[in-house]
Amino acid sequence: MRSASSPAASPVPFPIGAIRLCRGQAVAVVGDDIDTDRIIPARFLKCVSFEGLAVGAFADDRAELGGDHPFDHPEHQSASILVVNRNFGCGSSREHAPQALMRWGIRAVIGESYSEIFFGNCLAMGIPCLTAGHDDVLALQQAITADRAAELVLDLEALQVRLLGSPAAAAERSWPFSLAQGPHRMLVSGQWDGTSQLVAHDEALRLTATRLPYLRAFEDDSIS
Amino acid sequence: MSSGTLYDKVWDLHRVAELPGGATQLFIGLHLIHEVTSPQAFSALRDLGLGVRHPERTVATVDHIVPTTSQARPFADPLAEEMLATLERNCAEHGITLHGLGSGRQGIVHVIAPELGLTQPGMTVACGDSHTSTHGAFGAIAFGIGTSQVRDVLASQSLAMNKLKVRRIRVDGVLQSGVAAKDLILHIIRMLGVKGGVGYAYEFAGEAIEALSMEERMTLCNMAIEGGARCGYVNPDATTFAYLQGRPQAPVGEAWARAVDWWRSLASGPEAVFDDEVSFDASLIAPTVTWGITPAQGIGVNETVPTAAQLEPDERPIAEEAYRYMDLVPGAPIAGTPVDVCFIGSCTNGRLSDLRAAAAVAQGRQVAAGIKAFVVPGSEQVAAAAEAEGLDAVFRAAGFEWREPGCSMCLAMNPDRLEGRQISASSSNRNFKGRQGSASGRTLLMSPAMVAAAAVAGHVVDVRELLAAPGAAGASRPAGVGTPG
Repeated sequence: MRSASSPAASPVPFPIGAIRLCRGQAVAVVGDDIDTDRIIPARFLKCVSFEGLAVGAFADDRAELGGDHPFDHPEHQSASILVVNRNFGCGSSREHAPQALMRWGIRAVIGESYSEIFFGNCLAMGIPCLTAGHDDVLALQQAITADRAAELVLDLEALQVRLLGSPAAAAERSWPFSLAQGPHRMLVSGQWDGTSQLVAHDEALRLTATRLPYLRAFEDDSIS
Repeated sequence: MSSGTLYDKVWDLHRVAELPGGATQLFIGLHLIHEVTSPQAFSALRDLGLGVRHPERTVATVDHIVPTTSQARPFADPLAEEMLATLERNCAEHGITLHGLGSGRQGIVHVIAPELGLTQPGMTVACGDSHTSTHGAFGAIAFGIGTSQVRDVLASQSLAMNKLKVRRIRVDGVLQSGVAAKDLILHIIRMLGVKGGVGYAYEFAGEAIEALSMEERMTLCNMAIEGGARCGYVNPDATTFAYLQGRPQAPVGEAWARAVDWWRSLASGPEAVFDDEVSFDASLIAPTVTWGITPAQGIGVNETVPTAAQLEPDERPIAEEAYRYMDLVPGAPIAGTPVDVCFIGSCTNGRLSDLRAAAAVAQGRQVAAGIKAFVVPGSEQVAAAAEAEGLDAVFRAAGFEWREPGCSMCLAMNPDRLEGRQISASSSNRNFKGRQGSASGRTLLMSPAMVAAAAVAGHVVDVRELLAAPGAAGASRPAGVGTPG
């Protein structure tokens, strides 16, 4: 099992710049409606820094399964792609959830669907959440479970995931995935870290404020 | 695509720019922060060398980690103490108002902002907490955000957002006596599912919604997120304005009149176009209880836990998981299910009218033997108002503990938590596995009056039986139901 403090816990650097291709071993966490309380239980939120959150990833589910959770399987310890089902990351807005996954090693997620807030949190961290059809996700989960050494290549420009089987296993397979146009553009252009863009529009922000009478406590009637 | 809705109007008013990535930069009118999701945002700001763009538009309080037995500083839990100290330091450094413990204004962030009059119609409201949807009760567009977005709001008073679709949920008819706003929203989520609202803002409309008090509307909008909708709202009306008038941050005099005109102009008009519309009949809704591990797994209190055969095929895997985890028998009635702990509080149901409704059930009765029952007011103001009318005495006399304000056992970041496989009757919002502080703890969501009924019965019971029972002093219709909070 990975240790949170070990420098080896996150061998791949955190996302930076344009995200066009993600390649790595994959781990499937199967089930609909996996909420952020399950991704990281609330007791791990008692912190003032995100460092060290890897240890909290799926902590209660892992304890319940006594070492049989996919995140505890030895052959998944260098996985960087997470394959999930429907409505992944529902519930609490805690960014601690994707932070824990990222610090465990995850750099991309592919699945059937996501909660809005989880999707947005991942996007703000440069972690693509890609959407594939129900049958394709099941096939993908079966394939990576059957061949745990296989690698996935997520090509954000071709909108395609390729399975590269380990030498002994079958030949390459591929499936299509989708990503909404806005997030897609943000990731492939490297403009997913938006703080600087937002700060740059300060004059437009000032103009917007003039349209909002509540900002002046409705004290003048020039705008209504 | 929707047009002419409150959501469209507020969106257009707050639009700053279109961003290169395709998102819209949206001005945030009110930013609320607390101790759990803000420290990393302030650190990131420091790393970027940025300041807080509009410190007067951000308001802080402490709620998630505060103990509810003794709030003396330093807290017994050093991590909780460090989180509050960090918040205090960040607020002082950046000139942000913090409503701290003992200020008379501290409480759950989604309780205090409305009661201070900070939340107003037509605003965009953001907070690093998914239950920010609560503020939609005022006709605000309010949504939860992650910590990176908290950083963005601090730095720029704006967010990169993609526009949602709008679904109107019409509820006509009249809620039966003993049926609360909590039952209404649990019923809606049961019918539309926890994923049904993904990609949508929910507009709640219709005569049953218009008849709700502001506190009831807050309960309703609070749980929009549990149905997958990042925000839910009710169009502002006379009920909204009556609640706001006289609040500390509400406009006064001529400004008040201008405000009301502006607020009215934002409501969805008859010409509004919605992306989708569904409707419900309020009179058919019963007190609702969850039996599973998602808020959509709810049933009327007089129904039986559904069997797999009664569910749609795609609902069966999560139901099977729920049967195993909850240890409830498919096909068995939910009424009569024994409970161990009864929790009244949270941003969903920790307001004065909630406590009144629960107290009306508790009055003249006793918590059943072996049950731990406690009441956590949503804020210092709620606590003071409840104490002024003697609700604390009613609860104490009935065997409930009366605690200090905070989020408490809704998410159990403080010492209030389930132990082992305990099962709770809870007025909170989430029945997720492990949610209430024990990895194997179980939660039955229900209204505050239903929690009080479970506490005195020792098991799940239809609160209407208690309200109708002769002889229980004061156990007539709960005082808070149907009266503006």
